[in-house]
Amino acid sequence: MSAAAHTDHGHHHESFITKYIFSQDHKMIGKQFLVTAIIMACVAVVLSILFRIQLGWPGESSSVLSFFLGDTWAPNGILDRGMYLGLVTIHGTIMVFFVLTGGLSGTFSNLLIPLQCGARDMASGMLNMISYWLFFISSVLMLYSLFIETGPASAGWTIYPPLSVYEETIPGSGSGMTLWLLSMTIFVASSLLGSLNYIVTILNLRTKGMKMTRLPLTIWAFFVTAVLGVLSFPVLVSAVVLMLMDRTMGTSFYVNDAIVGTEILEQSGGSPILFEHLFWFLGHPEVYIVLLPALGLTSEIVANNARKPIFGYRAMIGSILAIGFLSFIVWGHHMFITGMNPFLGGVFVFTTLLIAIPSAVKAFNYITTLWKGNIRFTPAMLFSIGLVSSFITGGITGIILADSALDIAVHDTYFVVAHFHVVMGLSAIFGMFAGVYHWFPKMYGRMMNSKLGMVHFWLTLVSAYGVFFPMHFVGIGGAPRRYYDYTVYTGFDENQYGMIMDLNVIISVFAIIGGLAQIIFIFNFFYSARRGQVAVQNPWKGNSLEWTTPVEHIHGNWPGEIPEVHRWPYDYSKPGEEEDFVLQTVPLKDGEEEH
Amino acid sequence: MGMKLIVLVVIVLAVIAVAQLMRVYELTSKIRNRREEDIDLRTNNINASLMMWFLAAFFGSLIYMLYKYGNGLLPEAASEHGQDIDWLFNINWIIVFFVFFLTNALLFFFAYKYAYNPDRKAYFFPHDNRLEMLWTVVPAGAMAVIIILGLMTWNDMMGKPSDDAVVVEIYAEQFKFTARYSGEDNKLGYSDYKLVNGTNPLGVITTANLTGRISELDSTIKEMHNDIEKTENGEKAYSLAASEKMVTKVEKLERILERVVAMQSGYSDSSDVLAEDDYMAKELFLIKDQEYQFIFRSRDVIHSAYFPHFRAQMNCVPGQRTKLKFKPIFTTAEMRTKTGNPKFNYILLCNKICGESHSNMNMAVIVGTVEEFNEWKKTENGNAALVVASTK
Repeated sequence: MSAAAHTDHGHHHESFITKYIFSQDHKMIGKQFLVTAIIMACVAVVLSILFRIQLGWPGESSSVLSFFLGDTWAPNGILDRGMYLGLVTIHGTIMVFFVLTGGLSGTFSNLLIPLQCGARDMASGMLNMISYWLFFISSVLMLYSLFIETGPASAGWTIYPPLSVYEETIPGSGSGMTLWLLSMTIFVASSLLGSLNYIVTILNLRTKGMKMTRLPLTIWAFFVTAVLGVLSFPVLVSAVVLMLMDRTMGTSFYVNDAIVGTEILEQSGGSPILFEHLFWFLGHPEVYIVLLPALGLTSEIVANNARKPIFGYRAMIGSILAIGFLSFIVWGHHMFITGMNPFLGGVFVFTTLLIAIPSAVKAFNYITTLWKGNIRFTPAMLFSIGLVSSFITGGITGIILADSALDIAVHDTYFVVAHFHVVMGLSAIFGMFAGVYHWFPKMYGRMMNSKLGMVHFWLTLVSAYGVFFPMHFVGIGGAPRRYYDYTVYTGFDENQYGMIMDLNVIISVFAIIGGLAQIIFIFNFFYSARRGQVAVQNPWKGNSLEWTTPVEHIHGNWPGEIPEVHRWPYDYSKPGEEEDFVLQTVPLKDGEEEH
Repeated sequence: MGMKLIVLVVIVLAVIAVAQLMRVYELTSKIRNRREEDIDLRTNNINASLMMWFLAAFFGSLIYMLYKYGNGLLPEAASEHGQDIDWLFNINWIIVFFVFFLTNALLFFFAYKYAYNPDRKAYFFPHDNRLEMLWTVVPAGAMAVIIILGLMTWNDMMGKPSDDAVVVEIYAEQFKFTARYSGEDNKLGYSDYKLVNGTNPLGVITTANLTGRISELDSTIKEMHNDIEKTENGEKAYSLAASEKMVTKVEKLERILERVVAMQSGYSDSSDVLAEDDYMAKELFLIKDQEYQFIFRSRDVIHSAYFPHFRAQMNCVPGQRTKLKFKPIFTTAEMRTKTGNPKFNYILLCNKICGESHSNMNMAVIVGTVEEFNEWKKTENGNAALVVASTK
């Protein structure tokens, strides 16, 4: 795809199929990722509401449950135990991988890397297209697994063996798990193709003058994210392949001296803990694969809407790099109580708590960026502020969980669920919403309705904290996660049972409100995509290159030459400038310092 | 079905209604020449004040919940190291709450204070090394404190148990726990999963158990061979798949038998004494102020033995022995007084997803005096034989 081929874009003819389906244009692929992720997110939210109904009102008949699950999985409107675990598992899998990895990184890396680096397209449009279609296939397989007779995978999204290996231990480990493993393998292939493409594009296709230290923080975040993905996802694939072999060929990578049901196994010498190591070697970087793009997007949005440069640009890059590096040497903190050598546990405590330092730097830099700013509360800005809040609020409970001595008391309780939902789930989804509201004009050439966006934000923020704040208390109270109900508590501590149930009702009510609030977003998104106000070229008065492209999408992004870059993207409200923004393409004046 | 139809119709109508409202909104925007990206001052200020309202509600609800549930849903730690953990928790909470209140307050307050004002220009402030150093060094210092205190507590609790620690095994399987006390000699008899059967649920190795298991496997294998032969002779009709399965299974059992026989030849009778005084129980009775060394095993999948009141937890992994020690310091009776709840009981919960009945997997835990323990043992277990206690 040479640049010259694009100069005559006006005469370019594209059929419906090459434009909308097998598109190799990064902007279209980004949109495809986004729409797929929105659909997957809707499914995952519905699943979570279904199991929240069970947790809030256990054993009560619900017409919502029978509406969605029918008599097989919700006889008399009461959720089946196996399906409960299936819902929990698939909710987690979809949210972590399909929405927050594929959806977030897939959408915005694709959309923004060429636009903000100043490239005509991704390094390989073909690989990029394949990446999306693999993502699509894996999404379909994952959804399909919800409809098979023995139910979906239900060993938790972390699929610890031997539970995930033998059907005899849980029905979901039959064909449901096979589909899960297949889907994930394809997903990883998609993610790897995408990540390689992102890395190559960022390193090789930056326009003239776009030094690495002039890149917007979004690109830095996408870059480190892609590197993390390339280094850690292959480990998941190996883990998954070994598991497939354990399941089908009778190998014993993860199985050792076990009896499943009445069946004695001869597999010996493997270790279930090996899987945990492999899984979390991906699993922990994965947390940052989810989080970093959100932090990158919001760095850009906060600076733009506070009309101030992002505070400590180089420190922000340093933090991203530090977080990326540290994320590879902390996985053991998920495994303090697996019988791991306590000394090794101590090492992981140390490395894990180190992450708090670059995270603190980022949080304070965000706050300082707001200080003495001139803040426009666009929906994107609101969600970015929400992200900073949830990043802090969820991050600091990580201090408790990283401390092995404390973790042992709350490991696998709702405290953990609350922690990672706030720090990773909320932050990433807030970042994603912020990104959608902010770059919608770049995707669809139209504006989203800002009033609806504001209503969406406030409802989401309040209900999100309404769900996850009380959850910390449930967890400190010692309530294990993945419990179908808490009736066991009636046998040993009635008071505690009462409190857990009180809070569970509150959580479920907020979950339902929060879920319904997303209808506003879905409506706003699809309505505005077709009928929203037509956007102008640079609606937010931004500095970065994507705002120099025409509103109408064209192959190759810029009609003429690719613009040359002369400065960093954060010259907002620079003294001596008339306007409160200076595009990156504006040359430095004589004697003007870069920043 | 009728209900579903009505719901669908209502939803469709609602969407149409909202779409019409949007049209009206758009037309008025057009007339007023209003652009979506221009947030008017009034709306901007509403959002700014909402920041403060939210902050107040956010902090308010936290304080309310702390007031209502702050003493912890869990009572005071009932183990020696648990008290240290609770102390460490408190130190960490102070830091966590300080950071939480400070940063959230700054965030929402700045958002409110610096809301857009057409007469002002934002302050160009790209970086400041001193400030950045400040919030690198201060968190680093705080982390150092947390790490040092945390590792001290961790090393204490995970260190070697004292010599007089009583050894008890917790055996997990779908969906129950069984305890095995090591008896007089404070040593557990050896165990192996291949020996698990109806009479030896924990797979304890003794001469008798080995012989028993070998003859059991022998006869199972013979029976299966018989069945296979009958199928081949056409006397019994199994499907092809079923008979193939049978052949695979019998081959596997033969290999397992071989291994058990090898185990037998390597086994010395003198080890029997280790197992002979072991006894099992369906519930766990612990003596106050006695340190325990727990050994965890699992029969099938990963379970986790979670003692919330003792602030203790350890995974039970098939094919692996994990260990944990703790010393209970309050009897059940004392805890009932402390909590003011006459029905209070200790419990051991399964805390690793282990199957459909995961949430029903638990074991009662009692803490009492030595005398109470001896009573409990006498009445429920008989003497030191491999008997499953039924204390319910």
